[in-house]
Amino acid sequence: MPDPMRIRATAKNGEVNVKVLMAHEMETGQRKDAAGKPIPAHFIKQVTATWQGKVVLSANWGTAIAKNPFLEFTFKGGKKGEKIQVTWNDNKGEKRSDEATIN
Amino acid sequence: MDQTRRDVLKAGGSASLFALLAATGMLKPEAAFASDWNQKAFEAKNIKDALDALGAGSAVSSGDIVITAPEIAENGAVVPIAAVSKIPGTEQISILIAKNPTALAASFDIPSGTDPAVSTRVKLAQTTDVSILVKAQGKYYITKKEIKVTIGGCGG
Repeated sequence: MPDPMRIRATAKNGEVNVKVLMAHEMETGQRKDAAGKPIPAHFIKQVTATWQGKVVLSANWGTAIAKNPFLEFTFKGGKKGEKIQVTWNDNKGEKRSDEATIN
Repeated sequence: MDQTRRDVLKAGGSASLFALLAATGMLKPEAAFASDWNQKAFEAKNIKDALDALGAGSAVSSGDIVITAPEIAENGAVVPIAAVSKIPGTEQISILIAKNPTALAASFDIPSGTDPAVSTRVKLAQTTDVSILVKAQGKYYITKKEIKVTIGGCGG
């Protein structure tokens, strides 16, 4: 099971700012190991953030997103105490969902 | 309270309808992800092929897209990029990196109610132009910025 995400959601002036830090190798498939064997690609392909059942951001990613990906965005609506969920899945079929409370 | 549950159970047809919808892919049991992962676009080796695969071959240059990124990235493995679109009706923001092994780094779908602005961190193999492609009301707009890299981000 991959490590949990760190999600910070802050309500201000009727908007919620969301910062997410995911734990993932984001291996490009371009690198070789010490023995010269290619290291297979392993990267997050899709990310979705939902609030009250509504998708507030979704993304498709390639291998160029940096290791332990960072993502920041802002949406309208959302109040303190409400929850936001973030889900990702990667090219090996692994996935992870985490939830944070807006504050 | 329990009556509702019984009613639902009695209406057994709805369960099989759900199964049918799920089987035909009309209803995805998982959280709704973005539009399908565009393999052709993500495997494109250069910006032109990536734009063509995205259907954005006719993207016009725009001054209403703001890229915030360092002029010089000391470490190409972690380069912060922020993209803001001032184009009304922005529905998608994509990041393309000209001199990476594959050009398309990410595509963000922006639903209504979400600000047309995203920040993330990318890997740059070498000094390169970074382009931001915006889809707004079905049309494509693009702008670019050069980022100098002193240490490459691909294990170099």
